[in-house]
Amino acid sequence: MISKISALVGVLVVSVVAGVALGPVSVPFGVTLDLLRAALTGGTVPADLAGQYHIVWDIRLPRVLLAAVVGAGLSAVGVAIQAMVRNALADPYVLGISSGASVGATAVATLGVLSGLGIYALSVGAFLTGLGATALVYITARTSRGLTPLRLVLTGTALAYGFSAVAMLLVFQAPHGEAARAAMFWLLGSLGGANWQSLPVATAVTLAGIVYLAAKARPLNAMAMGDETATTLGLRVTRFRTHLFIVTAAMTGVLVAVSGAVGFVGLMLPHLTRMVVGADHRKVLALAPLAGASFLVWVDVAARMLAAPEELPLGVITAALGVPCFIFLMRRRSYVFGGR
Amino acid sequence: MRVELRDVTVRNIISGITLDACDEVVGIVGPNGSGKSTTLRCVYRALEPDAGVVLLDGADVHKRHGVARSLSALTQESQVEFDFTVAEVVEMGRLPHDRDPARDARVVARALDAADVTHLAARSFLSLSGGERQRVLIARAIAQEPRVLVLDEPTNHLDIRHQLDVLALTRGLGVTVLTVLHDLNLAASYCDRLYVLDEGRVVASGTPREVLVPELVAEVFHVTAHVVAHPTTGVPQLLFDQEVTP
Repeated sequence: MISKISALVGVLVVSVVAGVALGPVSVPFGVTLDLLRAALTGGTVPADLAGQYHIVWDIRLPRVLLAAVVGAGLSAVGVAIQAMVRNALADPYVLGISSGASVGATAVATLGVLSGLGIYALSVGAFLTGLGATALVYITARTSRGLTPLRLVLTGTALAYGFSAVAMLLVFQAPHGEAARAAMFWLLGSLGGANWQSLPVATAVTLAGIVYLAAKARPLNAMAMGDETATTLGLRVTRFRTHLFIVTAAMTGVLVAVSGAVGFVGLMLPHLTRMVVGADHRKVLALAPLAGASFLVWVDVAARMLAAPEELPLGVITAALGVPCFIFLMRRRSYVFGGR
Repeated sequence: MRVELRDVTVRNIISGITLDACDEVVGIVGPNGSGKSTTLRCVYRALEPDAGVVLLDGADVHKRHGVARSLSALTQESQVEFDFTVAEVVEMGRLPHDRDPARDARVVARALDAADVTHLAARSFLSLSGGERQRVLIARAIAQEPRVLVLDEPTNHLDIRHQLDVLALTRGLGVTVLTVLHDLNLAASYCDRLYVLDEGRVVASGTPREVLVPELVAEVFHVTAHVVAHPTTGVPQLLFDQEVTP
C-alpha cells in the first residue's frame, strides 16, 4: 500500500513537471526544472529566459496545479458519493450541482449578470447557483427518516434535467454566438482561467475534504454494506449521510466554480481504482485522488496541445481517453460493482 | 446481558410485543408476515418503535451509548454492491471498538475460523454462494464481540451441516442470542425458550416443549402436526401431515 502511494506521488510530481513543460510553446524539461527551482528558492533568472519564466511560473504552473487539485477532488468526491448513495452510476454531479452551476455560469456568460465582478463573475455565479441547486435537492429529497440513497439520486437527477433546461434556454437565447460558445466551453470544463488567485481556496477546500473523507473510510465501508448493517455497526447513518452530503457538495461546488463541469473523472477514477485495489475505502480514498490528479494534469496537457493554438474542452478529452480505457478494463477484469 | 422489549409497537405491523432474553438462546417463530423481522429490527435499531421501549441491561437502546459494542446483528439486508473481500467484511465488525490492530487481527482470525470461512478470506464477497455469504456475515457479527447477538433467519441459504454448525456455534458463544428461525424443529433443538408471533402479537411463549404443541401449531401455522421425541436427545420434533388445515 505504501509503495502504491509513493509510486502515485512520484507519477504526480513527474506529471506536474511535464505538464508545465508541455504546451503549444514547449519549454525543455531541464529549463523548466531550473526555472521552477529558481522560482521556489528565490534565485535569479537570466534575462533571455524571462519570457519562458513567465509561461512556466505565471501561466502553466497554476494551471497544472489546479488541474491536479480538480482531478484529486472530483475523484475523492466520486468515491464518497458512490458509497453514500450505493450506486455505481453516481458521480459528483448526480446531486444536481453541476447543472445548477451551469445556470449561473450561462446567465453570467450570456446575460452579463454579476458583470461587476469582472473575471470572477463566472466562478461566483456558478458557485452560487450550484449551492442553491444542492440545497434544493437536499430539501426536496429529505424525509422524516433523513436522506435515503434512492430518493437522493432520483431527486438530483430529476432536478438536474430542470436546471439543464434553463441553462440550455439561456444558451439559445444568447444575444450573440460568442456568449453561447463561452457558456458551452464552460459547461464542458476548462482550466483556461486558472491563475495563482484561483488556487488557494480550491486547494484548501479540496485538501480538507479529502482528509475528512479519508478519515471516514471505515464508516464509508460500513455504509456501503447497507444502512441497517451500518446501524448495527454503531454508525449514525442519517447524520453521517448529511455530513457527507455537505462535504461533497462544498467540494464539488468549489471545483465546478474554478473549472466548469469536467465530466467523467468523478465517475471513472473511483471505478478504475477499485478495479486495482478492491472496494476498501481506506485504500480507495488514498489512491483515487492521487491517480485523479495525474490523470487530469495529462488531460489538460492534451486540451492545450491537440488543437493548438485553440483549446479543447476538458470534458471532450476525459471522455475520449476515459471511455475506451474504462471499457477495456471492465471487460478484462472481473469487476463486479453492482452484483453478478 | 439482558435484552428486554416492553410493549413494542410499530404501526400496522406489531403491537405490544413484550419479551426478554438473558444469557440464553431465545427463538422467535411465526408465520410469514407475523412481525418477526420487524421485532428484531427494533432491537438492532434499524427501526424506532412507535410505542414501547427496547432495553439493554435496563437502558433504552436508542439513547444508550456504545450499543454496537455490546449488540451485533445478522440482518436480512442483501443489497451489497461493493466488491469487498471476505476479510474486509469481517473486519468491519471491529468498527465500533477502539482501534488495536494486533487484537483486531486476532479477533477477526478467530471469527473467520469459527464460521468456517478462513479459506475464503481473500475471496471477493460478491463471488460467494448464498450460504457462504451468510457464514461470512455471521463471522462479522462474531468479530464484533457482542454480548447480545440478534439473528434474522441465520440458517437461510445454508446446507444442513452448516445450519447445525451455525446454531451450535452461536449457542457456544455463551452470550444472549435472540434469533428468528423458520424451521420449528431447529428452533426446538437449539432454543432454551421460544416466543410465537402471529399477526404482530405474542401468542405463546415458554420452552419448546411447552410451546410446540399440535393445537398451537394448527392455530398459528394452519398445519396438522404430530409431536415426537427426538430418539437421541428427547427434544420435541414435529412431523407434518400433507393436508393443510383450513
